[in-house]
Amino acid sequence: MTETPQETWLIVGATSSMARALARELAERGAAVIVCGRDMVDLDATAADCRLRGAPFAEAMRFDARDPESFPALIDAMAAREGTLNAAVFVGSMPPQEEIDGAPDMLDGVVADSFTGPARLLHMLAPLLEERQGGTIVGVGSVAGDRGRVGNYVYGSAKAGFATYMSGLRNRLTRSGAHAVTVKPGFVDTAMTWGLDGMFLVAPPEAVAESILTAVAKKKNVLYTPFFWRYIMMIIRAVPEPIFKKMSI
Amino acid sequence: MTWKTAEYAGWGRFFTARGELARPERISALSRLATETPAPAIGACRSYADACLNAGGRAITTARLNRLLGFDAETGILTAEAGVPLGDIVTAFGAKGWLPTILPGTGFATVGGAIAMDVHGKNHHQKGSFGQHVVELTLHLPDGPRTITPEDPLFAATVGGMGQTGPIGTVKLQMQPVRGDVMMVTEQRMPNLDSFLDHLDRSEATYTVGWIDATAKGDALGRGILEEGETGPGLVPPAKRGKRVPMDAPSFALSGPIVRNFNAAYYRRIPERGRTVVKPLEDFFFPLDKIHDWNRLYGKRGFHQFQCVVPIAAREVLRDMLNRVSASGLASPLAVLKRMGPGNAGMMSFPTEGYTLAIDFPARDEAPDMIRTLIGLVQDVGGRVYLAKDAFATAEQMDAMYPDRAAWAEIVNDLDPEHAYETDLTRRLALRTQT
Repeated sequence: MTETPQETWLIVGATSSMARALARELAERGAAVIVCGRDMVDLDATAADCRLRGAPFAEAMRFDARDPESFPALIDAMAAREGTLNAAVFVGSMPPQEEIDGAPDMLDGVVADSFTGPARLLHMLAPLLEERQGGTIVGVGSVAGDRGRVGNYVYGSAKAGFATYMSGLRNRLTRSGAHAVTVKPGFVDTAMTWGLDGMFLVAPPEAVAESILTAVAKKKNVLYTPFFWRYIMMIIRAVPEPIFKKMSI
Repeated sequence: MTWKTAEYAGWGRFFTARGELARPERISALSRLATETPAPAIGACRSYADACLNAGGRAITTARLNRLLGFDAETGILTAEAGVPLGDIVTAFGAKGWLPTILPGTGFATVGGAIAMDVHGKNHHQKGSFGQHVVELTLHLPDGPRTITPEDPLFAATVGGMGQTGPIGTVKLQMQPVRGDVMMVTEQRMPNLDSFLDHLDRSEATYTVGWIDATAKGDALGRGILEEGETGPGLVPPAKRGKRVPMDAPSFALSGPIVRNFNAAYYRRIPERGRTVVKPLEDFFFPLDKIHDWNRLYGKRGFHQFQCVVPIAAREVLRDMLNRVSASGLASPLAVLKRMGPGNAGMMSFPTEGYTLAIDFPARDEAPDMIRTLIGLVQDVGGRVYLAKDAFATAEQMDAMYPDRAAWAEIVNDLDPEHAYETDLTRRLALRTQT
């Protein structure tokens, strides 16, 4: 139990395997968790699992990135908790780029899921952290946000927007003693990547969850996980645009 | 994507399969798969040979259906998803004074796998098999989920049924209260086979297990160490977990002379007068789990485990078997002798009253013939081999070893007329053949 007992984590998008792994790790360390998302049956199972593995409090609540009316109840639930408040946001959607190309109205949904929805929620939550002068917000972006590529630039641009939001939020929260960590996972072994071609060095979600909590403890600003993705993306960002525009990676 | 083409292997790494795997993360996803594309479920692939393989076909892995769903402290009943590793339950509940009633030798085995093989543990002589403590389970069948209890005829076909009645989603398990979260273990040298068996017959300990030196000969034939355990309260540092084996060991690592010397030293490590030590629960129940991929120690060719149970009256056959094994120089340090009680919960369950002997063999060229000989000896005395480990039995031997097999096949074939749940094991041993 390295965490203080009076610690609550709001885990947004908790049906994803990365979020589930983080919720379990936190529960085993004795933190309280509120897991939220859309599939309540699945979230109830995750909340029960957290309680049985050591969380003093675990509850499932509804969150829909495209329905801001679901947000205030989450903020109220967090405000009702004593002690340090934290959040980890895992939401996003990545429909195949070709589908979006054929139906441009899908773009709004991707941006709501990956950027504006979670950002609006965090904007409502931030004052609570400032008031209590502590806590951490973890925002999970993607290496896809580091540079627009033909294969997924709608998703990538939404994640880029979210990364910029996280950077500003960090700048804001640091004034009150709170913190924000931007996480950029590479390939993680999730339902999304299961059986996809071209995957390499795929990280288990448990390893990602552990590295996130290490980054939180060390107050890191931007975490690439696994770590080597920082260098892969450095190279990808360094390719001059006249060359990059002709590549398909 | 739903399906991924993968190479996977039994724990012995000798049998492998290439096929499509699905890995649902929610029970609702399992339900959908069960309806749309029925396939056998696999757990942690801790079966040694081909029970967890479906080469060229499909399988559904329960690796991500691994949540604990509820616990009633009044009744001690735990609800869990089928993919929960048993070690997770020990870690989460040991300190609260509860344990699964039955625990096999590895905590990586899943709840679903423990049911499919009706596994046994170091307390089988008193508490029976895993399936006897399952109070309810849900099968995910093509026409929807079906929840069954021990009274349902399908229950005895499911427990020990090697997945042939369809994927299991959730399970209710009867846990048992324990006195504390440490194990007091008394270890004694057993100088030869007769003394070993006599001690096993007399032991009144809650948990017993014997390590046997399968390389010892002559007067020392069948020598080993008897461990008797009782849970108790106490303070020991939590079990340290998770060393990995970085590479496949070279083949000479388990050559005859090295194993003989290792075993002799391992035997003498226990003082002549015996000793009592206090261990974390995990270290007692799952001694090998501390080394994650210990199967790699057998090198890239892998290994076989032979496990049988022979009737009490046939104890002399053990001497015959050990004589052959020690003369061959093929055995590894891993060999276990235990007394079993009569308890089991399924038509195809392995546990039955008698002595059970398990021996690991590195997969050398001579190993199959040695194991076939041992299987023949077992069959002659009315014993049986454990299908979670078997690699070399034949279809013709099955009805003698498993007298309920034909009746089981009828129930299973009625439920699964398309044979969608067959695995490499059920095909190799023609387990679902009806005459």
